Amino acid sequence: MNNQVEQLREEFLSRLAAAQDAQTAEEIRVEYLGKNGSITGLIKGMKDLSIEEKKDFGQKVNVLKNEAAQKIAEKLAEIKQKELEAEILAMPEFDITTPANLERGSYHPITLVQRQCEEIFKSMGFAIENYSEVVSDYECFESLNIPKHHPARDMQDTYYLENGQLLKSHTSAAQNAIYRKYKDALINDGVPIKAIFPGRCFRNEATDACHENTFFQMEGVMVDKNISISNLIYFMKTMLSEVFQKDLSVRLRPGFFPFVEPGFELDISCLICDGEGCPSCKHSGWLELCPCGMIHPEVLKAGGIDPEEYTGFAFGLGLTRLAMMKYGVKDIRDLNSGSLKTLAQFTDDH
Amino acid sequence: MFLSMNWLSDFVDFSGLDKLKLINQFSLSTAEVENEIFFKGSDIEGIVLAEIKEVADHPESKKLHLLKVDAGSGELIDVVCGAPNVRVGMKTAFAPIGAKIGEITIAPRALAGYTSYGMCCSERELGISDSHEGIMDITEDAPLGTPIKEIFEIDDIIFEVDNKSLTNRPDLWGHYGIAREFAALIGRPLKPLDCVELSAFDHLPKVDMKIEDPLCQRYSCLQVENITKSVSPVNMRIRLFYCGMRAINLLADLTNYLMLEMGQPMHAFDSRKVEKLRIKRFDAPHVFRTLDGVDRNCDENTLMICNDNTPVAIAGIMGGLDSEIVEDTTRLTLESATFDAVSIRKSTVRLGHRTDASMRYEKCLDPEMTVPAIARFLKLLTDIDSGVQVVSALTDEYAFRYPVRQLSFDKKFVDRYTGIEISNETIEKTLKALGFAVTVDGDSFEVTVPSHRATKDVTMKADIIEEITRIYGYDNFAIHTAEAPLYPVRAAEEKTVEDKMKDLLVKRFSLHELHSYVWAYYDEYKELGIEVEKNIKLVNATNPNIETIRRSIIPTQICQVKTNATYAPSFGVFEIGRVIDGLKEDGLCNERKKLCITLFDKTKSVEALYYELRDILAVMTDDLRHATLTFETIEATKSYQHPRNLNAILLDGVKLGEMGIVHPTISKKIDKKAAIVFAEIDVDAFAKVKNASITYREPSKYPEMEIDVTFIAEKFALIHEAIQKADCPWIRSVKVYDTYQDENGKSITVRLLFSDNERTLTKEEVMAVIDSIIADLDAKGIPMKK
Repeated sequence: MNNQVEQLREEFLSRLAAAQDAQTAEEIRVEYLGKNGSITGLIKGMKDLSIEEKKDFGQKVNVLKNEAAQKIAEKLAEIKQKELEAEILAMPEFDITTPANLERGSYHPITLVQRQCEEIFKSMGFAIENYSEVVSDYECFESLNIPKHHPARDMQDTYYLENGQLLKSHTSAAQNAIYRKYKDALINDGVPIKAIFPGRCFRNEATDACHENTFFQMEGVMVDKNISISNLIYFMKTMLSEVFQKDLSVRLRPGFFPFVEPGFELDISCLICDGEGCPSCKHSGWLELCPCGMIHPEVLKAGGIDPEEYTGFAFGLGLTRLAMMKYGVKDIRDLNSGSLKTLAQFTDDH
Repeated sequence: MFLSMNWLSDFVDFSGLDKLKLINQFSLSTAEVENEIFFKGSDIEGIVLAEIKEVADHPESKKLHLLKVDAGSGELIDVVCGAPNVRVGMKTAFAPIGAKIGEITIAPRALAGYTSYGMCCSERELGISDSHEGIMDITEDAPLGTPIKEIFEIDDIIFEVDNKSLTNRPDLWGHYGIAREFAALIGRPLKPLDCVELSAFDHLPKVDMKIEDPLCQRYSCLQVENITKSVSPVNMRIRLFYCGMRAINLLADLTNYLMLEMGQPMHAFDSRKVEKLRIKRFDAPHVFRTLDGVDRNCDENTLMICNDNTPVAIAGIMGGLDSEIVEDTTRLTLESATFDAVSIRKSTVRLGHRTDASMRYEKCLDPEMTVPAIARFLKLLTDIDSGVQVVSALTDEYAFRYPVRQLSFDKKFVDRYTGIEISNETIEKTLKALGFAVTVDGDSFEVTVPSHRATKDVTMKADIIEEITRIYGYDNFAIHTAEAPLYPVRAAEEKTVEDKMKDLLVKRFSLHELHSYVWAYYDEYKELGIEVEKNIKLVNATNPNIETIRRSIIPTQICQVKTNATYAPSFGVFEIGRVIDGLKEDGLCNERKKLCITLFDKTKSVEALYYELRDILAVMTDDLRHATLTFETIEATKSYQHPRNLNAILLDGVKLGEMGIVHPTISKKIDKKAAIVFAEIDVDAFAKVKNASITYREPSKYPEMEIDVTFIAEKFALIHEAIQKADCPWIRSVKVYDTYQDENGKSITVRLLFSDNERTLTKEEVMAVIDSIIADLDAKGIPMKK
């Protein structure tokens, strides 16, 4: 009988050792330890033995049963480990050097430049205003002290519509509405008017690489009791240094615009040579950037603000020109071309 | 306009000053100077006055002469010269060995077998005129060997001021006005103009002249006789040439010279042709031949100078051919006048002819200048030709006077505007230098605007600020920030919405933002078969293909999609832009801000693409408004719309826009296989919809129950309606799990998720809800699929 146990043990161990996968191990378990398994069968065959023999034999069978169960568990763990290792080894090495898929959307470059400017002005407490593209003669000219026979009102410059309205030829066309919107807060509560208004403008002219009939500007105004030329220079220098991310020098030259007095042309030190003189600034060291000035008393008056009590400055940045300068766009028409080859490159720029 | 530093120095003393620095200062204080400065005469060196002592013909050349020239040393120099005008005794400009002309250094040179030891120069070779017909024939008296630059003003610094920067400054259209600015800038006096005293001729008869039209402000004239000289002095010709004008003859040169000096255009008529000077308009259009020989159509609005009823000049623009000074003219009538600036500008536009004179008149010239201009002209003329006789009294009609403008202000006003401290003395000195009469009483100033600034330029106190500050120098300003109280700045909702839309469309849906024009593109529409929608037009579009304003961005975007059809197999574009949707009741344009999206795809079915676009709109609405869009099928009315699947987009019952498929005739022209779908919504209407806040719902701790039910139905809407009607608080979500088509028609499988926050739901109570929905739908003819 004892031989029988030993024999079965050896047979079991050799069978188990040969098992390669979890299924075989499970079959072996059923075969030896199942209801009708060989080890289970040993116990069934004990009924003919004496009590003493039963005790001794039963103990041996139990030892074998436990050993077998443990060995099977070990075998299963071993197989699982092997499988995992095989799976790990089976993992191929990827080609990380293939080009990444960069497909994504894009912003129009004007949006990017406009947002950047808006951020700067917002941080300095300026409200951002929205204005229509169709305006009246009063908004575009009359309220801006541009008299009836001023050359700027010539038909060839401005797109007029059949109903007498026109497509705004400059963002200054929004000035009057801005003053009217904020004048009560200014006069009654002393809240200074600080606003920018980016917008699309139109000029009736032939287009080429440098000229477009449709372009973007951004107007800015600040009105309060004691706004001075000194403040104007300070703000322009600070804002433009932020826009171009470098400490710029600015200089003013007299410039004539009917809606400012005094009016200026503002130059910034050349972005390429920092004022040393280079081909890009025609060796002058300066780039003409934007017109600005102290708001003309008649313009304030038209906006319902008393020029004896309040002064202010205004400026007009060419957003289209800024975008072209910033990204090196050479042909202005590319911006309205709708061509994704050009425009899909402007993914983001914050 | 070109300006000569020599000419300016007739009126201001520049001695000891750096002229280039002055020009730069002028650019910063008065008007923009162009970058390029011309150093005239700097490229010639060593040219002297010499006399031709002998002339012999070259034995083998018909053109060349063999000269012996005395350049001051008494020694005769052999020169071979090709000029036709050589003669013995002629004095000329001579470049001896070692002299420089441009890049060339004169050296002995063999010419057709003879050696030339120098060169006789033409005016063009010296850079002082275009004349190259012969070598200079110098009549000026100077010892031989005198450097030519000591005889003539060849050395000069010329700078250019952009005419555009002078539009508001009629006083700066001549050297004298510019000199006044320089004088103010450097604090030195402006010398008076040297003139003839015209009252000396008061006893002579007046010219028969009459202003018969209010467009003529002032007309001054004078008649002179006995002009014997016809060629202008070299120095005058040099100045004219350097300033961009060509010398013609003495009289023409003098009128040009005076215009460049004082800014006052003048004209000389043959007195025989202007016996009865009348300034007026004609009742009817007429053709008039100007002195350049061109026939010009002058309409009834064009002011004319006439001899009684015969026009002799277009006022302020150009003289006539018939009244020009000719060979046998003995007496001439000098005109010096001012006209209404707007009328001149309009006439030049109508005639399409702008002249140096009209350019100046357009700027509102000072009428006070007409008489001094005649006095100055006469001075210049008599200096050149002493035999000239004045044969009339100054005849002057001054019909329109600008009011004398007086302005008062105080120092506080200046301080407030400038933000810096500028002393009373500086203010007074600056204004006086610019010609203002100033009286100061403590901190109060009373100024009279000089006539040359009073025509339109300086009219109010703020104008005075500019005068003070520009001469003070903006570079000298101390700069500082404004002192202003702080207030919160709230962004406008429509602006925020616009920004968020762009971010969502670019970042989440990978769309590309484009810009397009605000008008319909006739050519491109036509190519695709898109009809231009009737709408308001531009009245003056130079390009007739863009005259109609668009009502929608969709057609312009479809054209852009065509442009990009080969860009990628699939892409999406969008624009937030303006359209005009006809006129409002008040007759004003109904301008709307629209978002337009177009998707193009060669890899997906049109249905899949359509749902993709629907999802973009739905996510955008859920994200920016926390609201749900609804759709309503509508009829196609536009040429670019596919008649099927055109849907109105609704939010809170408000129609925001529409989405649809591009009509196959158009989409096939763009790409044979691609699906193209579009949507457009009104951004302002979208922004106006109140943004609901997020509704938070605590997740249940109890198990959820998922039930799938399939119905035979064409559309989900009725199923959804029945589910909502069941009004069951346990329903946490409703999803369309699957749709498929078989012999029974279209089936839609709906997955409902049930749960309760208080307890575990029983199968029975959930099924009761499901059953009620099934019964409801069954009654509506939507059976459940078993």
